This record gives sequence, C-alpha cells and structure tokens, in this order.
Amino acid sequence: MQPSIAIKDLKLAFGAVEVLHDLNLDVGQGEFLVLLGSSGCGKSTLLNCIAGLLDITDGQIFIQGRNVTWEEPSDRGIGMVFQSYALYPQMTVEGNLSFGLKNAGLPKAEIAERVARAARVLQIEPLLKRKPAALSGGQRQRVAIGRALVRDVDVFLFDEPLSNLDAKLRADLRVEIKQLHQQLENTMIYVTHDQVEAMTLADRIAIMKGGKIMQLGTPKEIYNRPANRYVAEFIGSPTMNMLDGTLDMEIAPSFSCDIATFALGEYGFAPGTVSGPAWFGIRPEHVESGEAAEAMPVQLDTVIDLVEPLGSDTLVRVRAGGQLLWARANGQPDLSPRQPLRIGFDPARGHLFDRQGDIRL
Amino acid sequence: MGKCRDIEHAPLRAQAETVLTDYAAQSRDGTGPRGRKPKKRLSGRNIMIYGTLFVVSVYYLLPLWVMVVTSLKGMPEIRLGNIFAPPVEITFEPWVKAWSEACTGLNCDGLSRGFWNSVRITVPSALFSIFIASVNGYALANWRFKGGEAFFTILIFGAFVPYQVMLYPMVILLREIGLYGSLAGLVLVHTVFGMPIVTLLFRNYFTSLPEELFKAARVDGAGFWGIYFRVMLPMSLPIFTVAMIIQITGIWNDFLFGTVFTRPNLYPMTVQLNNIVNSVQGVKEYNVNMAATLLTGLVPLAIYFASGKLFVRGIAAGAVKG
Repeated sequence: MQPSIAIKDLKLAFGAVEVLHDLNLDVGQGEFLVLLGSSGCGKSTLLNCIAGLLDITDGQIFIQGRNVTWEEPSDRGIGMVFQSYALYPQMTVEGNLSFGLKNAGLPKAEIAERVARAARVLQIEPLLKRKPAALSGGQRQRVAIGRALVRDVDVFLFDEPLSNLDAKLRADLRVEIKQLHQQLENTMIYVTHDQVEAMTLADRIAIMKGGKIMQLGTPKEIYNRPANRYVAEFIGSPTMNMLDGTLDMEIAPSFSCDIATFALGEYGFAPGTVSGPAWFGIRPEHVESGEAAEAMPVQLDTVIDLVEPLGSDTLVRVRAGGQLLWARANGQPDLSPRQPLRIGFDPARGHLFDRQGDIRL
Repeated sequence: MGKCRDIEHAPLRAQAETVLTDYAAQSRDGTGPRGRKPKKRLSGRNIMIYGTLFVVSVYYLLPLWVMVVTSLKGMPEIRLGNIFAPPVEITFEPWVKAWSEACTGLNCDGLSRGFWNSVRITVPSALFSIFIASVNGYALANWRFKGGEAFFTILIFGAFVPYQVMLYPMVILLREIGLYGSLAGLVLVHTVFGMPIVTLLFRNYFTSLPEELFKAARVDGAGFWGIYFRVMLPMSLPIFTVAMIIQITGIWNDFLFGTVFTRPNLYPMTVQLNNIVNSVQGVKEYNVNMAATLLTGLVPLAIYFASGKLFVRGIAAGAVKG
C-alpha cells in the first residue's frame, strides 16, 4: 500500500542556516504519527513544510501518492489545527467552520451538511452561533479541530494543539483526539513536546533533534530500545539514570563504573559491540528499592537524598558514591532523607550507549 | 442577670486590656491591621501631583480660553484690552463673518470655500493613503516576498527625508502628468507622502496579529485578497481608527502642500485662514480671526473627541501586543 504521506530528502534552509537536513519519512494510511522533540528541534517546521506554509529548499513531498511539493496549502488535501486555535475572531463558530468550504466554492447545501456533521461529531452543535471569544479553551480547540474536519481530507496536521490548555482539560481532549482518530481512521501527524501525549496517542513516534529524526518507532520500541542516549533521556520521567563507565567484552560482558561492577550476561547486545568507554542507563522504574532490591542481580547501598511522593508511587533520589540516582518505589513507602536505602536493578533492563557516538550497543 | 454577666466577664476584660499592646495576639484575634491599607487623601505627594497637573492644564488651556472669549466679543469690547475677561455681550457676528464673509484676495465668501476645498482634499487623500498603506502593511507583514525587506527599508527612509527637498521635483512631476494646480494633484501628493508612516503603522499592527491566523486562512484556501478583506480587515478596526486620525488631522492641518500645489480658488482651509489673519489692509478684526481659527481647528478636534477611546485602544494594540 502506498504511504499516505511520503517525504523525500526534504531540506529547508533559511539563508545559510539549515533547519531540516535531508529528511525522509513515510507515514502509512490511517497512521497516527507524533513528531516529538524539545523546542527548536524542527518538528513544527517540518509540519509547516508538509502543510505547504513554508517553501522548502529541496526535496519532495507526496500526499496520497500525489506530488504536492509546489501546491498551495489548500490544494494539498490537509486540515490543520494550531496551538493558538487560530479561530477567526469576527466570525461565528459556523462561519469559522464554513470559511474554507466557501473559499472552495462548494454549494450551500453541501456546506451546511458538512458543518452539521462536524458539529455532531465534536458535540459543538449548541455553539454554532457563538463567536470564539464566548467559548472556553477546550471548546475553541474543538472548533479548530472541526475546521479541519469539515474539509473532508485524508490528512490531519496538529501543531501542539493541547499546549495552551490546563492539565485536566489536556488529558480529556487527548482522549477525545484518540477516539476521533479511531472513528475517522485518517492519517494524523501530531507535533508535541509532551512525551505523555506522544506515548499515549502515537502509532509511531519520530523523535527529532536539530532538524534530524533521531528515532522512528512505536512507543514501545522507543521506550524499550532507545536508539541513542538522546532518545533514552528524552523519554521517561524522571530521566533515565546514566552511569559513566567502561564496557568489558573480553571474557564475559561486564560493565564497571565508580560505584559498581556487574556482569551483563542477559543484555541483548547489538552485533559487533566491542569493549570501551560507555554509558549504562537504567530507568528509575526499573530500579527497585527495599525488599524487592534483595532479589536483584545488582545491589547498591545508598543514602536517600530527596523524596517526591506522587500518591500512586514515590520517587526517591538516592546518593551512591558521587552519583545521584532516581528510583521509583511503588505505593507510599515510609522514606525520609538521610536514611540508608538498598537499591537493586537487573542489568538486562538497562541500556548501553557508546561514549563516542551515544549510539545504543 | 446583668450583674451576673458583669462578674463573669470582669477578669476577661482585664485580660483584653493588657493584651492591647501585644501585636502577635492582635493579629491572632483579628483586631490588628486588616483588609485594604487606608490611603491618605491629602498627602504631600498628592498635592504635588494634582498641583502640577492643574498648573500645566491652566497653562495649556489659557490660550484656548482667550480665543473663545475674544471670538464672542465685539470689536469695541476687544479694544478695552481685557483679553482674559469673559464677553459682556455675547455676539456670534464674528463667527458668521469668518465663515461666509471674510475676504481673502478677490473672494469675499469667507472660510466656507476653504472648508469645502479641505473636505475635497482630505477625504480622498485619507481614504486612498489608508487603503494602499494597509495593503502594503499586510503584504509586508504576512507575505514574505523577495525584496520585501529592502522595500520596507526604502519606505522608512522616505519617512525621514524632509518634505522641502521633494517639493520642486514634485512640482515638475505634477506638471508633466498634467495635475499641477488641481485638487487631484494635491490628493496624489498627500497619498504619496502619507505612505511611509501609515504603512509602518499597519505593518507593525499586522505583525502583532497571531501568525497562525494567517496560516489557518491559507489552509482554508483564502487568497491574498480573501485573507485581507475577510480575515485581516475585520480585526483591524482600532488601527484603522488610528490611521484615520493621523491622516485626517495631518492632511487637514497641512499648509505647505496646500500653498505649493494648488491655485488660490482651490486653497485649503488652513491657507485661507492664514490669508484672512495676515491680510494687511483695513482694521485687524481679532474676533473674526479667532473665530476663523477655531472653525479651522474644529474638524481635527471633533475627530479626536469622537474617536478618543478607539484611538487609545489602537495605539495600545499596536504597541503592546506581541
């Protein structure tokens, strides 16, 4: 099956500054792809290129098999939702929804029907006669989604659509967007800097940095097998613990650093791994504490530095040697700073990265 | 009953008295400072502020007062010399004379001729310059076209070139295209010279509008004019008001272009006012001069009064919103 969106060797430069470098990306039919990265990584820029709002320097963009590289945004068969909603303030909700259709010269009956259908899907029928100023943030965002919906397109582009909302509403609308995707089954590209949004919504995530895609994979792949140190540290909260040490592959694979030395028998090495300086990363949720630590192959005696109770579980920062490590403990254990705490982990759940290139070993 | 209560509360009251100086206890039982901090009406600071404001406004309004009272006096009363005194006998004769009878050169139909000339100059000039400049500003802010920055720089540079430098070339230009001495020529001159500052005004305003709105309209398939008329214009009332005020008052008050580019029968109101006031024959009719001056200033004044609130909002919108 042909990809819904295909990007080939895309390059974008503003003068001498290259923002996107030879980027290649295929998005499947009906796929929900999330572009994830910190600000300035080029994710929104890439979305604007796909939408045709930025003129690209080199490369090609195909949507539904059609080369749209030189097409106007309105001719590309896309709908777009913006972070600031970008509703036309002087038009009613109905006017906002029908603006694009009127520009396309559709007959009145067709416009009315499509607006009614979108309003029904998004449950904004009672709001149709209101102006955007009279809507709440969540309602505005729904209208903005509706504006993309009425266009009857195959591809939806979301540019950080939930970033302006408060935490509770964001979680609600996130669920709604996921439901909408399941219902409509069209291709969606979603830009965000929020890893929770990315993990929960995406079929695949593309993690970007400096105008390049660092890793493209399902949320599970990204979480379980981060391709490099950047991805490993970007996904997960708190950040993955990183130990700086040496990998020894001579007899039995082992890793040694200033606080511990342990065997890596069970670890799934990439082929061709050799000895040398390396990072060993372990996620806080894979670091056990207290009694559970006793059963772990690697154990450390540490001192509690900081305790962050979250209710469902508790984050503990411990000091081991000169290192600060995070651990996630289940429930609400009775912990307080300056107490000793035994932690333990299974090296097989860890991640090894080359010290030179930060590439996964 | 009453006696009984007295006995019971006596020790409590004694305790309360000793506590009065205990500030911690005060705040505990709620008797200490609470709520909004009281402000003194007649502090030294307030006297200074209001005093200064009063003096400055008197200084500013006194000339206006003199003009109004003088224009309502007859000449014999003016000759008494009390320029600050209110008129003993109010007469509107000077106003009527200034409007319809005062002589300038050969014409003796007062300022009315100049008024209508000014209207015929100001209205088209303001409309043309504002329309063109708003489209300029919109194109510069939203449609990043090649050479746009250079164009803008040149335009801004134009705003700093003194008008006097361009007077003579402009005269020749108008003569060559056959518009010299006509109202159309003057309208053209005003439109051209208003361009830099009004374009700058509009460009800055449109830049301050969220860019995503423009992007959304493009995705919705609106073109250059579609976005301008249906998305940008309805959002720009405040800045249009500001531009209107700047252009109407500026063109109405213009004297230089009015004298240079027109003929006597087409002189705008300002030029005619000057000719009335500075005429050397006969008696100086101060009351008529004052009335004529007030009449000429009435239009800009009315515009400020009518649009004051919108004007402030427009200035603020252009300046603050980022």
